[in-house]
Amino acid sequence: MPKRTDIKKILIIGSGPIVIGQGCEFDYSGTQACKALREEGYEVVLINSNPATIMTDPETANRTYIEPLTVEFLEKVIAKEKPDACLPTMGGQTALNLTVEAYEKGVFQKHNVQLIGAKCEAIKKAENREQFKKAMQKIGLDLPVSGFAYTVEDAVTLAEEIKYPVIVRPSYTLGGFGSGICYNREELERTAAAGIEYSMINEVLIEESVLGWKEFELEVMRDINDNFVVICSIENLDPMGVHTGDSITVAPAQTLTDKEYQRMRDAGRKVISEIGVETGGSNIQFAINPKDGRMVVIEMNPRVSRSSALASKATGFPIAKFAAKLAVGYTLNEISNDITKYTPASFEPSIDYCVVKIPRFTFEKFEGVDSKLTSQMKSVGEAMSIGRTFKESLQKGLRSLEIKRFGLGADGKDKVFENALKTVNEYKSFWASVKENKDFQTQIKERLRVPKEDRIFYLKYALQAGFSVQQIYEISFVDPWFLEQIRQIVELENQLLQLTPQSAKTAESKRDLVALLKKAKQYGFSDRQLAFLWELKEGEIRSLRKSLQIEAVFKLVDTCAAEFKAYTPYFYSTYEEEDETIASDKEKVMILGGGPNRIGQGIEFDYCCVHAAFALKELGYETIMVNSNPETVSTDYDTSDKLFFEPLTLEDVLNIYEREKPIGVILQLGGQTPLNLARGLVENGVPVLGTSADAIDAAEDRDKFKKLLEKIKLRQPANGIARSLEEAAKIADQIGYPVVIRPSYVLGGRAMEIVYDYDFLKKYMTHAVEASDDHPVLIDKFLENATEVDVDLISDGKTSVVGAVMEHVEEAGIHSGDSASVIPPYSLSQTILDEIIVKTKQIAKELNVIGLMNVQYAIFKNEVFCLEVNPRASRTVPFVSKSIGVPMAKLAAKVMTGRTLQELNFTEEKVPEHVSVKESVFPFIKFPGVDIILSPEMRSTGEVMGIDVDFSRAFYKSQDAAMSHLPLEGKIFISVNRFDKAKVAPIAKKFHEMGYSIVSTDGTGAVLKENGIPVEIVKKLAEGSPNIMDLIRNDEVKLVINTPSGKGPALDECKIRSLAVSYTIPCITTLNAAQAAAKGLEAVRGKGLDVKAIQDYHGTAAGV
Amino acid sequence: MKAYLALEDGLVFEGEGFGVSGEIYGEVVFNTSLTGYQEIITDPSYKGQIVTMTYPHIGNYGINPDDEESFHPWVEGLIIKELSPVVSNYRSVMSLDDYFKKYNKIGIQGIDTRKLVKHLRDHGAKKGILSTVDHDRESLVKKAQASPSIVGVDLVKDVTCKEPYVFDKELLPGFEWGEGRQKAYDIVAIDSGIKFNILRKLNQHGFRVKVVPAQTSAQEVLKANPQGVFLSNGPGDPAAVPYLVKTVQELIGKVPIFGICFGHQILGQALGATTSKLKFGHRGGNHPVMDLATQKIEITSQNHGFVVDIDTLPKEEVEATHVNLNDQTLEGLKHKKHPLFSVQYHPENSPGPHDSDYLFSRFYELVQNNCPV
Repeated sequence: MPKRTDIKKILIIGSGPIVIGQGCEFDYSGTQACKALREEGYEVVLINSNPATIMTDPETANRTYIEPLTVEFLEKVIAKEKPDACLPTMGGQTALNLTVEAYEKGVFQKHNVQLIGAKCEAIKKAENREQFKKAMQKIGLDLPVSGFAYTVEDAVTLAEEIKYPVIVRPSYTLGGFGSGICYNREELERTAAAGIEYSMINEVLIEESVLGWKEFELEVMRDINDNFVVICSIENLDPMGVHTGDSITVAPAQTLTDKEYQRMRDAGRKVISEIGVETGGSNIQFAINPKDGRMVVIEMNPRVSRSSALASKATGFPIAKFAAKLAVGYTLNEISNDITKYTPASFEPSIDYCVVKIPRFTFEKFEGVDSKLTSQMKSVGEAMSIGRTFKESLQKGLRSLEIKRFGLGADGKDKVFENALKTVNEYKSFWASVKENKDFQTQIKERLRVPKEDRIFYLKYALQAGFSVQQIYEISFVDPWFLEQIRQIVELENQLLQLTPQSAKTAESKRDLVALLKKAKQYGFSDRQLAFLWELKEGEIRSLRKSLQIEAVFKLVDTCAAEFKAYTPYFYSTYEEEDETIASDKEKVMILGGGPNRIGQGIEFDYCCVHAAFALKELGYETIMVNSNPETVSTDYDTSDKLFFEPLTLEDVLNIYEREKPIGVILQLGGQTPLNLARGLVENGVPVLGTSADAIDAAEDRDKFKKLLEKIKLRQPANGIARSLEEAAKIADQIGYPVVIRPSYVLGGRAMEIVYDYDFLKKYMTHAVEASDDHPVLIDKFLENATEVDVDLISDGKTSVVGAVMEHVEEAGIHSGDSASVIPPYSLSQTILDEIIVKTKQIAKELNVIGLMNVQYAIFKNEVFCLEVNPRASRTVPFVSKSIGVPMAKLAAKVMTGRTLQELNFTEEKVPEHVSVKESVFPFIKFPGVDIILSPEMRSTGEVMGIDVDFSRAFYKSQDAAMSHLPLEGKIFISVNRFDKAKVAPIAKKFHEMGYSIVSTDGTGAVLKENGIPVEIVKKLAEGSPNIMDLIRNDEVKLVINTPSGKGPALDECKIRSLAVSYTIPCITTLNAAQAAAKGLEAVRGKGLDVKAIQDYHGTAAGV
Repeated sequence: MKAYLALEDGLVFEGEGFGVSGEIYGEVVFNTSLTGYQEIITDPSYKGQIVTMTYPHIGNYGINPDDEESFHPWVEGLIIKELSPVVSNYRSVMSLDDYFKKYNKIGIQGIDTRKLVKHLRDHGAKKGILSTVDHDRESLVKKAQASPSIVGVDLVKDVTCKEPYVFDKELLPGFEWGEGRQKAYDIVAIDSGIKFNILRKLNQHGFRVKVVPAQTSAQEVLKANPQGVFLSNGPGDPAAVPYLVKTVQELIGKVPIFGICFGHQILGQALGATTSKLKFGHRGGNHPVMDLATQKIEITSQNHGFVVDIDTLPKEEVEATHVNLNDQTLEGLKHKKHPLFSVQYHPENSPGPHDSDYLFSRFYELVQNNCPV
């Protein structure tokens, strides 16, 4: 069937900010969809609030609205653009929920927009658990026994019928949010109450527990002719009970016979047909009882998903791109498989390797968080790896994870409970000592039973401690097949301990050693692990391997297990005979990506890498991308000329470098991950493009940095460097408390704290030394109530241009990644701005920056202090680029390969007439009880952008986009700390004048009364009910303004903030933000807001 | 146990043997199915062939009594990347290694199977030798060169049943096999190496099945008074069994006929078309086939090295009903006048998708129209 000609303009809904459960996979799918539809001649309109995306680049869609994803703004965009159709299946749960909400309010019907891909009924049928259950029963599929509850009492009755443990699943939530396993009535009451609250329709499913069953997923596609294909099967290493997003997953399924697999495939076909997903991709989850093979359906997502991104990267089959084409009427056989070119898309990929996905967690950033893995997703990112066998993929995956591990243990980083095994002697004697240790065995059992982020290591530790595969299975329910693979790794490790280069003396043992080394590499052991086990240096292992011709080869990902010739160069490394890379004689540039998403290193860096690939392609280079994150646009085989899906470690990167011989490597766009490799790459003779590795060091090295600032006469806060508590205390006394303290070389303000006294300093020092990997700690004078400013600059070595000066809404001391930030600055004087620009350019000149640089300043008592210089792309690059309409990362890639800014026509600062506000988005709703106050430790997972004619409107939009919907009327709770009491009155007054009523605790209340502001006083928590918690629970309070006087989960104020987050009531924790909110509301109330396409702001039509 | 695989064109791999030690030869081919190794190794169509599995981990779920496609394995040998050291499946009764030992089969693991597959893809299926006893590469290549080709050789005689028998077995319950029918018709299945699941499927779809040896004459077949005749899958070159073509020619027009795979190739020849050898064949569970009448796509199970030449079909009498969307080769035919049709692929699956189950119903309807109850 040819494509539809009755529709011309299609609206795509994006997924908004990166949050837990919704990562950058939807930038990948949305971008693919935009490209695919434009390729077919459709006009594409996009709404998405996340600026750090390729999909919101002005070139991606024809009309791009960086506006909040709310029904209000969606309708405004529809009214303005009048699209014929809307494709709601590319933007994750956010887009689906928004679609359902808008549909129910009649928005699509009113404006004559038809839904393509999935109709509203289909979405509801898949998402609403009761409807889903009925649909499954209708087609004869088995489900866990379950029932719906709308009250806690219903839930208890049901659970008693089903028998504990039961699982509670609220309808319509994100990433399984609000789900939980309950072993008893008490747990059930708590979970059900919360679940009913979180559910959009106050409904929870109480379900038979299938804990410990095998878990599978199918990624399927269907076209308008009812043709159906399975793209990929996935088996979870972590059995049922751990959210699939938090599970280690493996493709394809490993332990299903063909009969079982085909039964699942048949079920998949029935599900997608019955739910009524007319065209496109879906994800269906199944559980199988390992004892008798009983198969039940768990759930389905009628859209592209994190798993479909994974399946696309795992097989080479571009699900989102084809889903978009199917949505406009094509059938699968009418689309050709890009990779094989001559065969159609209507086939099922076959793969001849094994793929492992491992989730990435950041629990260390959330004090008081429950780190047990459950049916609610908690990971913030993931790494994928490809190897010929599971063993190889697993070890590659673990070293891709950016957790400073180099495989499944034996890397000098093992920490078994409190025992750090840093040398091979410690390692050997430790494992010998615990074999008979009963206490140790008990402890191990606990770690096997309760899944946490490091359980994969404990599965191995258990084997090392003498447990059998069967014993481990009976506690963990991890399938014996996986356990046996791990046992093989342990077995080989033991052989490596027995036979070493030092011990191999005879010709025969030398031959055995070669065979063993080769096998170890095939088992995925890194040179670092071998170096640990053999007490050699990593470089020595590398040389040894090379002298024995044991080198990595690269194989193709081709969708068809080599049955057909592949035309798309997508590679992974392994240790086999044949290498499939084809050297070209074009000049090549290698770009190193950022690895798995985590807090502090997100999609922004992927955005920069993708831009570099595009820019260098324009210049005629062959681009080589290296990355390990399956959610990204950078790992789309279309983005670069060659894609290597590999861990970002020195060993793996050197392997590719040596094979491809690029003219240089770009490190400065992928965040901290590639920068950490700088030194090693330079030592191995790899040319680094752009700013030199020395300059990067100079900015990180305290002394060099100090000299630099002195040279250009730029102040920095008084500071010192300490290697012990005594030193730290001395420095703090010298420069005076409060001080900011942090370990050197860290990401996202990891373990960075503001310290007000010695006691806290003492407490901190134990914690920080650990976080800094024996690097010293840095101590700075903390500038209280200073304004923080971020600057992004580009330089070609001669000319430097400031992309933008960003003023933070929150004061200095709050991590720049967590602050709201504004372009252009809204309160700084021109003199200050001029000084900032001049000094930034001087720094760039001193460091001989070629490419991008980010500098952070604090404006304290009208003086400019330099806080930090990062001679690399920062996470604000996409925000700046979208704000000023200049693709900074593209320009950076071009200057790094020798173009001048003059040639690129960017020689002057561009100050936009509109205002852009970037707001951060936090995962607190996933971590109940964790204190939400902002600090120097970054905790946001994503960002949104509000853009409008002035600060007030842009700020309001940014809040709306961040899902902190500021109330247009109602009651506001205000309670501030003693420092803020002096400044709270004018803000409260403004709210009062706009007609809001104010409630307060007695301290703040008294201040407001003194200033003539009417205020209602509520009880403190300790004073009984009704207190502020009750007002929040009863939905009386619409906005919470609470500045912290302390932090930590135990405090009353933390409980209030945390409760507000749970009830999705906006909670503002700084006075600056409160003031901005008041301004925003003042501008918006009664007037409403307009929407404007990004192309109209910059006069850049698509494709220009 | 060291093992070697040598191809006639000189490519040699060193790996580790499993199963028993020894030396065997055969045509080296590859199969891209991700699941179903047990069905593959017990499929008689693989007689004369050494099969490479493209998926690296094989043996994961062991061997079970329900997934046999005949009474014992037929592959000459098996080539894999890695044999699972453990079996994990509730139905499993034995490991693949033990199964190979039990039936005196040779396997090799630990080789770069992707390199081998690419070689076969680019240079065509090759004669090869698999040995755990001879470690001399040159000698192995010479033996591979000297080994007989499967072209022009009648392999059916090795796999067909010796005596006629009645097959009456249920499909494995609980595996979504679709609706069945009451047994209403008697058919004869001419066994060129028939897979059990074809027989189970025929039973399920309403047929009482008498299986007869491939050498059975048309007169003998008709003596049983069947209401339909089924032509089975089988190994080797379809042009090497003129007796079977002759039998089928004598049956055309007298009784409804349904052929699968080898049976399709025999029927094609009986109708006047020719067959030829594909470069490296179709073996796997993911090939898209279009039913030209409905324009619907089936994902099919395939196992064939020969094909009926689409251009040689007598157009006035015979029409192409199905084509392979990957390479546009013929996947199905039917006669315009006589009640007969056939497909090149495997609607009985095992292993493979269940998309083509409707063909058994189509056969039932053909028989029903020809001979109402």
